[in-house]
Amino acid sequence: MELNGSQIMIEELKAAGIEMAFGIPGGAIMPFYDELLKADFPHILTRHEQGAAHMADGYARVSGKVAIIVTTSGPGATNLITGLANAQMDSVPLIAITGQVATNMIGTDAFQEADVYGCSIPVTKFNWLIKDVNEIQNVTREAIRVATTGRPGPVLLDFPKDIQITRAEYTPRESVESPLPAPRQYPELDMDGIEKLLEAIERAERPVIIGGAGIIKSGASEELAKFAKATGIPVINTLLGLGGFPGTDELFLGMPGMHGTAYANFALCECDLLINLGARFDDRVTGKVSSFCPKATIAHVDIDDAEIDKRVHTHIPILGNVRDVLITLNERLRPGDYDEWRQTWTDWKANYPLQYDWDGSIKPQYVIDQIQEITEGNGIYVTGVGQHQMWAAQFIRFNEPKTWVTSGGLGTMGFGLPAAIGAKFARPEKDVWLIDGDGSFAMTLVELATAATYNVPVKVAILNNAYLGMVRQWQELFFEKRYSHSHYPENPDFGMIAEGYGVKGINVTDVNEVRNSLETAAEHDGPVVLNFLVNKEENVWPMVPAGAGNDEMQLAPPSREARS
Amino acid sequence: MSRNSNNTKDDTHTIAVLVENKFGVLAKVASLFSARGYNIDSLCVGVTQDPSVSRITLVTRGDAKVLEQIRKHLSKLIDTFKVMDMGETDSVEREMILIKISAPKASRSEIFQIIDVFRGRVVDVSTDTITVEVTGDEGKIHAILNLLQPFGIKEIARTGKVALTRGAKTLKGSKN
Repeated sequence: MELNGSQIMIEELKAAGIEMAFGIPGGAIMPFYDELLKADFPHILTRHEQGAAHMADGYARVSGKVAIIVTTSGPGATNLITGLANAQMDSVPLIAITGQVATNMIGTDAFQEADVYGCSIPVTKFNWLIKDVNEIQNVTREAIRVATTGRPGPVLLDFPKDIQITRAEYTPRESVESPLPAPRQYPELDMDGIEKLLEAIERAERPVIIGGAGIIKSGASEELAKFAKATGIPVINTLLGLGGFPGTDELFLGMPGMHGTAYANFALCECDLLINLGARFDDRVTGKVSSFCPKATIAHVDIDDAEIDKRVHTHIPILGNVRDVLITLNERLRPGDYDEWRQTWTDWKANYPLQYDWDGSIKPQYVIDQIQEITEGNGIYVTGVGQHQMWAAQFIRFNEPKTWVTSGGLGTMGFGLPAAIGAKFARPEKDVWLIDGDGSFAMTLVELATAATYNVPVKVAILNNAYLGMVRQWQELFFEKRYSHSHYPENPDFGMIAEGYGVKGINVTDVNEVRNSLETAAEHDGPVVLNFLVNKEENVWPMVPAGAGNDEMQLAPPSREARS
Repeated sequence: MSRNSNNTKDDTHTIAVLVENKFGVLAKVASLFSARGYNIDSLCVGVTQDPSVSRITLVTRGDAKVLEQIRKHLSKLIDTFKVMDMGETDSVEREMILIKISAPKASRSEIFQIIDVFRGRVVDVSTDTITVEVTGDEGKIHAILNLLQPFGIKEIARTGKVALTRGAKTLKGSKN
């Protein structure tokens, strides 16, 4: 049959099971939008293209499925860059389809023309400028394959307006010819590496597992739980690995690094074997590399060769899918004897718990604790970036994978609200809680309109301290309390703003109203914004100062530490 | 970078990469270097016997750690078929240079002698200048430039290095 370029792309997207689009139309993408409508393709109209990207991101993290983002050329496409960079850093599959000016206009500084192909090279896993209607079928399939296989990531298809309407013969085919080099073939399984790791486990006296995003993305949570329980080795989860191991399990040591738990960092400093399963040794995890796990043999399982030995020298590198490796490990495991080690870290857990003071003000950690209590770890938790994000990572105890949506690598403020909306679309049966800061929330709050329009019942808890809190914390600790431009003394009334968007808004100023307001929000049939005016000077502890080693962790404010 | 890294010496490496022959691929290779602050000393691109494949030969510097990252990221590019550090194998490396030398009558014969020794070819002569083409490895190019320097080098153009493995072995292969 003869179809136009837009129809061919939509046919291919549907054939691949893609069933969600987020975006905003504009001049250069109108023919494609016309066909989306005719094809009855599910589409969410957002208020900003960055919001569309983060929605698709939240959707992908929770569902494991890929959504498309559709924007027009020029500013529509450049507004995506942050969203693509965010997905690239956290290995989230997205497919961006951006309109482009007609091929005969490219390079003429046409209206709303931008070199989107060039702009998106460093922030995508792969990108195409489609110049011929006959390549659409292959390119679309390849885009989906590249985005979703190996180490996942965002891809971008730049789609000139004239190609969108050019007609061509289209035959749905089972397989199409790949326009790209054959995908990288991973070795069956690195049995040598696995054998070395098994020997190291047998020899070890103080082993620790660090589970990263690879656990979540490869669906290895159950295998990880089997592995940990069979061996008795405790588990640390990185920020993006949270949910990969049950937060309430006695073997769980929480998050490592800059704002990790004291016991996770103690364990890293003392372990003699570190088993890294799909984490990339981010600088926020390792601190100063020269004092990272100084006593340990380091094993690293990763699907991306370029991550192995990138920052931390690895003694036992295993290239491969984490889940595949774990399955094989589990078949060959011999239970270890780490009783003395278990006593050590159990004592640490008891003696150095996460804690916060109680002074009558609304403590942000208390709000998160209460969210944890009413949801019992069964919700989906989304955050912006900053102090609130670290407290959420510390105090929420996740029961299952794919229930934690946070911007890790790029640290994108404003990620929260659109990501929460995307997450709710992915799993409508789950309660989706956005724990956000006032700074982060203000960056993309316009998407409240999207939540209202589509009645997406996300529950937003703003921990409003009228500061860029993490900046404020660093200024207090490292810049002699010179608070250079981190204060928002005239913050808007977020409760009233929410109401203005048609979303239920509640300002909470009294600590005794926290629990009630959360319950009200939970029961409300629709989106809610809770604006908690929290203690302005609360800091995140423990803390490993930037550039310091994990052994230089400060447990509490210097004054308090001195007293205890 | 790594506490166990014992090779921190910056070495020059010639890397050959087989990539898709299409627009944008060179930009992706260049972006990979610029994003990490790595410099490309020379770069040479041309189509191979298979018109859908281009060969990029680039010369870069770095310690073992940096080189490993470069190699891995080049391999990771979706458009890449194959990457090889030519220094890891026995290879033939060549570069061509065009040198325009200030050449008044008085010094011409001496210049011609030097060109002769280096088996260069005179490709253009004017009343004041000689342009010579020389092909060779890095040492040879370096040496002739040194010898011609005193006469006054007005301009040079270099192709950048190209390299092939010696013997029957080739770089061609499926994506690694």
